[in-house]
Amino acid sequence: MAPGKLLIHGGRVIDPSQDLDEALDLLIEDGRVSRLDGRIKPPKGAETFDAAGLVVAPGLIDIHVHLREPGQEYKETVRTGTLAAAAGGFTAVACMANTEPVNDSRSVTEHILLEARRHGHARVYPVGAISKGLLGEELAEIGEMVRAGARAISDDGKPVMNAELMRRALLYAQHFNIPVIQHAEDLTLTGSGVMHEGEWSTKLGLPGIPGSSEDVMVARDILLAEDTAGRYHVAHLSTARSLDMVRRAKTQTSPKIDVTCEVAPHHLILTDEEVAKSHFSTNTKMKPPLRSERDREALLNGLADGSVDCIASDHAPHHADEKDVQFSMAPFGIVGLETTLSLCLDRLVRPGILSLPRLVHLLSTGPARVLGVEGGTLKPGSPADVTVFHPDAEVTLRAAGFRSKGRNTPFDGWTLRGHPVATFLDGRRTLAP
Amino acid sequence: MTAPTPIRWRRKDLLGIAELSPAEIELILDTAESFSEVGERPIKKVPALRGKTVINLFFEASTRTRSSFEIAEKRMSADNINFSTSGSALEKGETLIDTALNLQAMAPDLVVIRHGHPGVPHMLAKRIQAGVINAGDGAHEHPTQALLDAYTIRRHKGTLGGLRVAIIGDIEHSRVVRSNVHLLRKMGAEVTLGGPRTLMPVELERMGVRVAYTLEDAIRDADVIMMLRVQLERQGKMSFPSVKEYFQLFGLTTERLKAAKDDVIIMHPGPMNRGVEIASELADGPYSVILEQVTHGVSVRMAVLYLLSGVHEETA
Repeated sequence: MAPGKLLIHGGRVIDPSQDLDEALDLLIEDGRVSRLDGRIKPPKGAETFDAAGLVVAPGLIDIHVHLREPGQEYKETVRTGTLAAAAGGFTAVACMANTEPVNDSRSVTEHILLEARRHGHARVYPVGAISKGLLGEELAEIGEMVRAGARAISDDGKPVMNAELMRRALLYAQHFNIPVIQHAEDLTLTGSGVMHEGEWSTKLGLPGIPGSSEDVMVARDILLAEDTAGRYHVAHLSTARSLDMVRRAKTQTSPKIDVTCEVAPHHLILTDEEVAKSHFSTNTKMKPPLRSERDREALLNGLADGSVDCIASDHAPHHADEKDVQFSMAPFGIVGLETTLSLCLDRLVRPGILSLPRLVHLLSTGPARVLGVEGGTLKPGSPADVTVFHPDAEVTLRAAGFRSKGRNTPFDGWTLRGHPVATFLDGRRTLAP
Repeated sequence: MTAPTPIRWRRKDLLGIAELSPAEIELILDTAESFSEVGERPIKKVPALRGKTVINLFFEASTRTRSSFEIAEKRMSADNINFSTSGSALEKGETLIDTALNLQAMAPDLVVIRHGHPGVPHMLAKRIQAGVINAGDGAHEHPTQALLDAYTIRRHKGTLGGLRVAIIGDIEHSRVVRSNVHLLRKMGAEVTLGGPRTLMPVELERMGVRVAYTLEDAIRDADVIMMLRVQLERQGKMSFPSVKEYFQLFGLTTERLKAAKDDVIIMHPGPMNRGVEIASELADGPYSVILEQVTHGVSVRMAVLYLLSGVHEETA
């Protein structure tokens, strides 16, 4: 099934792992990158792909998605979620553990991987639960899950509220050299909040989620990461203050603190005002909530100065019936796999906030490093996971056409410039133009 | 000074004060003025809404507002029905949207809705053809309350512009405050909000108001004082330790009232907790216009029903 040889020629190759940004041809043999050169003559029998005017990048990796399987297949499955990934230019995703049953055991991890391999649209890196049943009480069988293929642990969807449990998770995860991913939220500060606490929650009369709900958790966890020397990763970081703390922790040298963070495109593009502008659209409801303009600007600065390690979509599909209710009752979350690349190209690269190589880093090399997985590189010998995208051709996002089962996005109908054109996994095409 | 250009009501719905222009607010208040005498007649009925169907959809308990709407509807000769949550399809698991669509299928002209969650009237207004009147959505807006308050103030003070209005109490959870702030600011009044810090939402200044944390400071030189109901269920949680302590800090008493202007009026949207936010002697005293508010509520709601029903367009 895998093609013997494929030559992607005439494109602009951007590979942050090799500091490359130039016109190069890329030869793939037996599912691996075999050569990168200025001009490669097509070998006999090779397929060719004309990438003139396009960017050729290491396959994009989204380290924060919800595939909903097992248990909530009406929202998404491993199959539809990885199809969405391929359609969005992603060759790999890390899926969170808040399934039914929770991915807190070897058997659930194995099930997810089995489904992923059966369909083969993208690599799937299961994230195991930190605590059994996501209850925040006792550690899950992390070693068993890692042996089965889990690449990180997180109780995402819920924070680890118990500080002692978090401390122990940071210690125990070091046996397996995996990061502990925290959904940083102090639930007592969140209370019944449904949107960011600020000017707009005050005007709309909706219960607010203060920025401090995230900040106190990040502060606590950084202290614990320092004490334990554990690998700590902040999921969907959304506030200026949390980012400042991460930035400061990264500069500390003695002892060194191993802290990384991701941000989601919606926090880089929208603010809490969107809840009012959309007249309470439930597609503006997610956790963490859309924050203030000040927070948004701080996150953009963090992208540019390197404090942010990667962009992750927090792809959270829900059924239309679940979202078509009053704002306060709707579930949190929006889909992101099929919107992220276009949003980032149009809203981050086009206005000059990020260079194209920096964006590619944040979507491929960066997330690969956070998770400690292969990928994010086009070095000869690596698996031929490649994303080809148009850097500025116009596209209109249409939720109705998503491969994902989830249509819950505030970006439906947005016209943007830049979009994925072809995705290759092990040299095999997963997205046709 | 030139007379304002007369405007026509063009909105299908009345969802909040935030989106109204001063001219639209004036139009409602002036229309209410013309309906107020209906309530003084021996036969309290006009045919303005004959043949129109109004549904009162109350998802939250309400005595005053619902009765006021019902009476207004009846005085306008509308056919009205009441629909409340108990025993309804909602308890059988039907979604709000389905309930709304089913009601729409019966072709009402207007739907008056009260709901505990902000944004519900807006969601409904997008889905149904009937005009939607927000009778209170969570802590968001309660436009007819603000309108009847403005009407009452105008009756006593002649105008709203330049007045100093103090609103005291549980600001965070009050839809009455938000609608009143929008309305009073649009009409040129100065607004001060007062209450315990634990019941004050963040960034209130962005609404164009002054915030005060003592009762005396809040009501200093006030022309109008609005006292808000203290939701007793909040005591002992984390908002305030006890009703007794609340009254000591923020209860309106005769002694404290001296800080306000001599011709101050005292308002309350009800229901009132005597001895919690307001001393009985003041609630029943000469400064109080609390029961007048209730009377004017009917006129204001008649005006809103009339404007939204589009009757004026047909007969014009």
